[in-house]
Amino acid sequence: MLLKELTEIMSASGDEKEIREKIKSIVEPYVDNVYVDKMGNLITCKKGKKDKPKIMLAAHMDEVGLMVKSVNEDGTLSFSPVGGVDNRILVSKTVKVGEKKINGVIGAKPIHLQKREEQQRPLDYDSLYIDIGATSKEEALKHVSLGDYIYFDSNFEILGNDYVKAKALDDRIGCNVLIEVLKNEYEYPICVAFTVQEEVGLRGAGVAAYNVEPDFAIVVEGTVAADVSDSVPHLVSTELGKGPAISLMDRTALYDKKVIDKIVKIAEENKVPYQFRRIASGGNDAGKIHLTKGGIKTIAVSVPCRYIHSFNSVAFLEDFNNTVKLVDLIIKNIEKEALI
Amino acid sequence: MDYKNLLKKLCESHGVSGHERGIYDLVKEEFAQISDEVTEDKFGNLFFLKKGTKGKYKVMLAAHLDEIGLIVKDIDDKGFIKFTTVGGIDQRTLPSQEVIVHGKKDILGVIGSKPPHLLSLGDMEKAIKIEDMYIDVGMSKKEVEELVKIGDVITIKREFRELLNDYVSGKALDDRAGIAVMAVCLEELNKLYHYHDVYAVATLQEEVGVRGAITSAYNVEPDIAIAIDVTHGKARGLSIEIELGKGPAIGKGPNMHPAVYKGLVEAAKSYNINYQVEPLPGPSGTDAWAIQISKDGVPTGLVSIPLRYMHTSVETANMKDIINSGKLLAYYIANLPEELEGHLCY
Amino acid sequence: MSLNIELIKKLTQTYGPSGNEDKVLEIIKAEVKDFCDDITYDALGNMICKKAGKGKKIMVAAHTDEIGLMVTHIEDEGFLRFTTIGGVFVEQTIGRRVIFKNGVQGVIGVEHLEDKKEIKTEKLYIDIGAKNKEEAQKYVNIGDSAAFAGEFIESGDRLISKAFDDRIGCYVAIEVLKNLKTKNEVYFVFTVQEEVGTRGAAAAAYNIHPDFAVAVDVTSTGDTPKAKKMAVSLGKGAAIKVMDRSIIVSPSVREMMIEIAQKHNIPYQLEILEFGGTDAGPIHLTKGGIPAGVISIPTRYVHSVSEMVDKNDVEASIELLKKVLEK
Repeated sequence: MLLKELTEIMSASGDEKEIREKIKSIVEPYVDNVYVDKMGNLITCKKGKKDKPKIMLAAHMDEVGLMVKSVNEDGTLSFSPVGGVDNRILVSKTVKVGEKKINGVIGAKPIHLQKREEQQRPLDYDSLYIDIGATSKEEALKHVSLGDYIYFDSNFEILGNDYVKAKALDDRIGCNVLIEVLKNEYEYPICVAFTVQEEVGLRGAGVAAYNVEPDFAIVVEGTVAADVSDSVPHLVSTELGKGPAISLMDRTALYDKKVIDKIVKIAEENKVPYQFRRIASGGNDAGKIHLTKGGIKTIAVSVPCRYIHSFNSVAFLEDFNNTVKLVDLIIKNIEKEALI
Repeated sequence: MDYKNLLKKLCESHGVSGHERGIYDLVKEEFAQISDEVTEDKFGNLFFLKKGTKGKYKVMLAAHLDEIGLIVKDIDDKGFIKFTTVGGIDQRTLPSQEVIVHGKKDILGVIGSKPPHLLSLGDMEKAIKIEDMYIDVGMSKKEVEELVKIGDVITIKREFRELLNDYVSGKALDDRAGIAVMAVCLEELNKLYHYHDVYAVATLQEEVGVRGAITSAYNVEPDIAIAIDVTHGKARGLSIEIELGKGPAIGKGPNMHPAVYKGLVEAAKSYNINYQVEPLPGPSGTDAWAIQISKDGVPTGLVSIPLRYMHTSVETANMKDIINSGKLLAYYIANLPEELEGHLCY
Repeated sequence: MSLNIELIKKLTQTYGPSGNEDKVLEIIKAEVKDFCDDITYDALGNMICKKAGKGKKIMVAAHTDEIGLMVTHIEDEGFLRFTTIGGVFVEQTIGRRVIFKNGVQGVIGVEHLEDKKEIKTEKLYIDIGAKNKEEAQKYVNIGDSAAFAGEFIESGDRLISKAFDDRIGCYVAIEVLKNLKTKNEVYFVFTVQEEVGTRGAAAAAYNIHPDFAVAVDVTSTGDTPKAKKMAVSLGKGAAIKVMDRSIIVSPSVREMMIEIAQKHNIPYQLEILEFGGTDAGPIHLTKGGIPAGVISIPTRYVHSVSEMVDKNDVEASIELLKKVLEK
């Protein structure tokens, strides 16, 4: 399954080589033009029957991860987060380190040896370390270097019947949506930018948009779903099973209400389930794209995912399918519904 | 060129973010001797061009000219000057400092606050806030207002000091040390052949949001850019890997293009320059962050001088690191192939 | 000069939170259309009014949006949960009234809290008086935005209202647009989305690429009891900005503006704002650098429903902007 292949690749912000080559090899037969820009974004374009409007779609290839900060005298590794990793999920997990992907474990003080108060506080980055089995700094440095990337060791699985569990659903699931979209033929020219370094500050997107210069942009993300036990209803940003989530507002963009109303109309007319992304925190590539050059009308549509930025995120397969449907319909209706 | 002397002159001059013009003459004079052309852009960034043999590609070096400082906010009825900060000044370093208020002329002042015997015990435990500090210039309100107005900048009065083992200390080594590195690089390039045009840029307003980097990169459109700044070095009480005296720190991470990182490391190894690797998993906090995403992207690198006590007026570095950083950059540039397209490919 | 109080009132009382500025833009358009050569809109919704000329190309920016709230959830009992648009002091919103685009009004309520310090957006809600979710949805939906209610009052030299930030800046720009006599080519840009991150301005500056730009916005004052020290006071004139978090105005631009003020006897003050920014921030960094300055109207209680300005400062700002553009 393509989603399995995409999510199991280890490529964090600044280390996107592997995922870029994989996506490139998959989409090449479906597009007219492929290039890699100066930041490493993979831009793939298809001509349409018409010349305008030019539509840009974007999903980011990078995942969050960790980086070797220093090697300690006892051979263990101290590390820092790459992108927004919640330090509370790290202890007692397995990781892969460096280019050779050697095995490591994030260990912890056994409970028997802990004081009562210690159990109450999460371990911060200064107290966490990775054990690769080296017995000295010298030995460790034979296998790893400062600045090496560290990845979550986590496989793709089907959960229940219709759910998937994997690392990096944010945003390999978005990449998957756009790969499916690229297999179709459209009236209008479309460019899909598989961007880099979104997780460390939406770094690739603006540069990609600078080159593409679209008339309209659609960002496809894997976004936070907080529909779990005991969640406060009004703080549930999106829910699994309710369809693609349309963004209203986040830290980096305020989306055009008139365009959103039209997309709702398209979804309802075509009986595609949809929901709104109902929180204003977080951000995505739209933040940079919409402010590129003289401004670009941009919207964001996301597949809801539980537990993003951790070792095991969960998504609902029908939401993925409906997101592909909705994006496809938006492109087809761009002139008919005067979205620009 | 006597680099220590150059650094001394640079550190003892004054150029607070947004008010760097005062140091232009010195920098232009020094760099005119070692470059082919000196220009300025609309924002005020200074460009020192050293032409290459082919000139098809442009390599940009960026070191920021500005320093953190203070600015006059108000003059109270007793003639005391109220101020606020420009850039990230640690308020704890201010009490009892001598300062220079750059008004119609330079005036000496002292930073004061309520004396200890007027404070409660609880107050003594807390750091003095800038709101409660003022500058005493020994004049009445009327006298002060003739020489000083709101918006005038203030710098710490600090002489450059030479310590043992080639260590030097002063205010504004961040990033006058970087400016000195650029001078070393340009002088070294005189002895080497290099294909590409080198733009050594003294950027403005880095400390308040890498603003000069944003504008200068837009104007130069470099094919490669390397920022030169300072980074935290090991000091007592801190567990930092990077050490003073162990050579330039080469940045590694998403803000750095892998080919540029590799090229710097290879140049260091070929010319036997000791270097250190600085893992940077996110924003580097330097001009490199802005340059990398200028227009359609710029392959960027970062070379940092290890520094102790950053953003205090006793910043301390080792001259050897400064000289070696300059040489490293020169060798990196000289080693670049004539055709850069393949070299920078992902 | 006498101020058009009716127009100022109309501008402040019009609905226009970030992302929904169209009603404000319509009013401004009606006022200025006979005085511009060209009115266009860009991809983000900024409205650009051009006065053709042969001299310098100058851009004026005043933002049309105000802070507000956006509905994110409707409870079964008909209460609306929301998120903030721009810098809203949530502790000050309890009990206040809000207005939606279609005129529906509501009150902001708060859950029971043990400690005042717990006041956060997620503990608040809007009550439009609906009995249940179904009834609420007849009037309001998720994604709809609301502005705060804050009536307009004239009190001697002082004016009180919500949204002087930055409708008073828009008013200053409108007055100057109507009375400007210059050979320079001036683009009056009524920008969008300033409150959520000065977003509209950069796009507009990119398209216009002026030689010089002036933003007109509000600034705080230091003249209220135990205020944070600031040398700006109501009634002491137009504030010429020295610095804020988004821009350090270049000394030469600042000196130029001071000289003009002195030459024409326009009362002025120098302003350092220790927090906050304006459209000039992104503008001055666009396309390799654009020299920019800011004229600020001193305002007490910024981002509250009762902002206060002084008529003399508004007049001084109009005079100063006019003379700067005519230079």
